[in-house]
Amino acid sequence: MDTLLEMKNIKKYFGEVKANDGIDLDIQRGEIHAILGENGAGKTTLMNILYGLYHPDQGEILIKGEEVQISNPKVALHLGIGMVHQHFMLVPPFTVAENISIGLEGQKLYKLDLVDIEDRVRELSQKYGLEVDPKAKVSQLSVGVQQRVEIIKVLYRGAEILVLDEPTAVLTPQEVKELFIVLKNFVVDGGTVIFISHKLKEIMEITDRVTVLRNGTKISTVHTKDTSEKELARMMVGKEVLLKYEKVETKKFEKVLSLKDVYCKNVKGLSAVNGVSFDVYGGEILGIAGVDGNGQKELADVISGINEIDSGEISLNGQNLNELSPYERICIGLGYVPDDRRGVGLLTPFSISMNLAIKHISQQPYKKYGLLNHAYIEQNAKEIIAEYQVKTPSGQVPVSNLSGGNQQKVLLAREISCQPQALVISQPTRGLDIGAMEFIHKTLFRKKSDGTAILLISSDLDEILEVSDRVLVIYEGTIMGEFIPGLIPIEEIGLMMAGVVKKER
Amino acid sequence: MEIPSEVRKLAIAAVPPIVAIVLAFLLGSILIFAVGVSPIVAYRSMLDGAFGNIKSFTEVLVKMYPLLLAGLGISIAFTAGAISVGAEGQILMGGLATAFVGTYLGFLPAPLLIPISIMAGFLAGAVWGIIPGYLFAKKGLSVVINTIMLNYIAHYLVNFFINGPFKEPGGYYPQSPRISENAYWPSIIPGTRLHIGIFVALVAVICVYILMKHTPLGVKISSVGVNQKASRYMGIKVEKMIIIALAFSGGLAGIAGAGEIAGIHHRVLSGFSSNYGWDAIAVALLGKLHPFGIVLSALFWAALRVGANNMQRVTQIPVSLVVTIQALTIFFVLISEMWQHKGKLASVTHTFLKRKSIS
Ligand SMILES: Nc1ncnc2c1ncn2[C@@H]1O[C@H](COP(=O)(O)OP(=O)(O)OP(=O)(O)O)[C@@H](O)[C@H]1O
Ligand SMILES: [Mg+2]
Repeated sequence: MDTLLEMKNIKKYFGEVKANDGIDLDIQRGEIHAILGENGAGKTTLMNILYGLYHPDQGEILIKGEEVQISNPKVALHLGIGMVHQHFMLVPPFTVAENISIGLEGQKLYKLDLVDIEDRVRELSQKYGLEVDPKAKVSQLSVGVQQRVEIIKVLYRGAEILVLDEPTAVLTPQEVKELFIVLKNFVVDGGTVIFISHKLKEIMEITDRVTVLRNGTKISTVHTKDTSEKELARMMVGKEVLLKYEKVETKKFEKVLSLKDVYCKNVKGLSAVNGVSFDVYGGEILGIAGVDGNGQKELADVISGINEIDSGEISLNGQNLNELSPYERICIGLGYVPDDRRGVGLLTPFSISMNLAIKHISQQPYKKYGLLNHAYIEQNAKEIIAEYQVKTPSGQVPVSNLSGGNQQKVLLAREISCQPQALVISQPTRGLDIGAMEFIHKTLFRKKSDGTAILLISSDLDEILEVSDRVLVIYEGTIMGEFIPGLIPIEEIGLMMAGVVKKER
Repeated sequence: MEIPSEVRKLAIAAVPPIVAIVLAFLLGSILIFAVGVSPIVAYRSMLDGAFGNIKSFTEVLVKMYPLLLAGLGISIAFTAGAISVGAEGQILMGGLATAFVGTYLGFLPAPLLIPISIMAGFLAGAVWGIIPGYLFAKKGLSVVINTIMLNYIAHYLVNFFINGPFKEPGGYYPQSPRISENAYWPSIIPGTRLHIGIFVALVAVICVYILMKHTPLGVKISSVGVNQKASRYMGIKVEKMIIIALAFSGGLAGIAGAGEIAGIHHRVLSGFSSNYGWDAIAVALLGKLHPFGIVLSALFWAALRVGANNMQRVTQIPVSLVVTIQALTIFFVLISEMWQHKGKLASVTHTFLKRKSIS
């Protein structure tokens, strides 16, 4: 093995936050190297430094033994480093080839040579098994395919080191498998991969070595074959972590949220939810399992009132919600944690405190004598930050400065602190580390014991099985079947998710 | 702990405008040099012209008054994500309303009539803001286009009145009758044109500051400007907020118009606003949409306007050079906004574009 890349004593502070506090990292040629760590541990920051997006306050980077100054991503690409971000950076109305052409060097000013690009894209797709139509518009591609476009984009520029920041958080299990094949092909071809993930199972499956970060420092680098999920979890959190926990049994209360034969369309005007009926009872967690993009998002949006209902009826405690605005639904006790936390859930330029307060901003005690009660707003934020262990120096920090997982905690905390009677929660642990995930699941259990009716929508089947009392499988906007976790074989669930088998309820 | 961070934020926000101003003046000095005048002499004469004596300084404050009020108004609209360029028309409407009140209610005593004139200006301007607000909120029509249109309508409406029903009886010029002296806004320093309006404007600064930074309404207005979709989901009535923001925006510009009539001209003349409404857009941007920033930028802008005249007298450099410097300043401010990426304008423009693509 030879060392391809070394980062030495990297320090990066954001004000008082020590995002990276003297991190050493070495990457061998031809390996798949995982970076593991809790939310806010500094993983993305470290990779952004490698990619030239941030400048380290201290430390050096060596490539093939030579010190380099990576002042911007262009330099990084020249050195063979390509990065695919947690949040994609594609231009939706453009085609795949057009997206790849953006910022490409050696282009003529007056004419865009798309044919060449398209050919080369096809070549790369073939070589690595990255199926993509170069002429397709990005806006029409699924998230998984968009990610392939991002990967092709960096491969096109000749990347030898591929950095992937939580690539699997947005993928279906099938897409994850395909991605892993691509990565393996890439490594066989002489490439090297740095892979950030919170999913220990995946790390055990695909990587050669793992570097664990905690609070901006490196804990250790280990060979994957010499370690276990349990040990990794312990290194990451700094204490024993239960990877499995007992479901809390509660008695079922009354019917709270009820859908009868609901139909609605997606943003493109195509039918997305086709006659869905179910009831959620107080004190239960009803899981909606299914491959992403089968109407889950529209289902959640139609319940919360963001999407318009075409026909059918949604009711909360017997009251018809159809004609109510999202706000009126909040008022009578509906909570909603959308999956698009940056687009819908949070106002990222606003402070954490304001994001936590804004839903009630016109009510006492958030308001006093007609003015904002800053003292209360800050105090409230302080308490929630402590309770949910949001990693931040203060409540005044804008949400955009938080790491992905901590943003999710803020959103969840706000929705739960409203004391809703029914909570619709979509992909609650996407991008969360196992500690935070455990915390959120426990919070859900606690709410359930209080008698809240919880509808959990998640494409992470493990999560659904672990947390829900009852599960419905959704496929192309219809319910394929219902089951109690543990009582039917996983293969059967898979067939329902794929739309092959429909089980009468 | 809290106050220093607030101060620090303000200080950081002030850097780009200051850099922009310095750059604009540097480029301006090249132009001055090119016409064969020493930039130092030119800028000195400008400074003298604006701050050289009490009299010139009061002139600066006189010009600052409408810029400050209209700029404050624009900042509220922009913060809500509504790109309003309607201040000019709102100033005209506010002035017209004040003239009506000052003429037809002239029998009222001054302590009553002056507040009424302020109110009239506010209401007329607010109506001129609510119209595009309503069209945008309910029909999705562009605020930019509609505010431009309303500027024309206001312009021709004023001309219609002062040529027709509201023309000075027996007068020759197209102008309204002189308003009752009871409606005159008293001058602060006798012998100058400086009237009490500057205090009205400063009170407005405090009010806007409190509104935008310390009331639930202000938070909701900014929230709509940041992300309409998220705001709606959080229970904020987006349409209502946009209409309210544009109403305040127009109302403040309307008060600017009221002061121009009741404090300066004492009657309606064609084009009495002299483009304050357009300059106020620049003032709002240069002030980073922050009430205190707008005080400084309005002062700066007014000083440039007044100083330019003196520079022209002393050095024969045309006033248009100052317009060039003003334009360069705004140009650099916008560049720095783009460069900073976190700036208010960037996000405001962003939501604006997004909204258009949705509706
Ligand atoms: N631009 C920034 N300004 C201020 N603080 C920042 C900024 N970027 C990151 N931080 C802080 O630095 C710390 C590390 O963040 P980073 O995004 O690297 O975490 P991460 O390990 O990628 O977490 P996650 O798993 O949640 O994505 C966090 O506490 C975060 O709040
Ligand atoms: Mg991250």
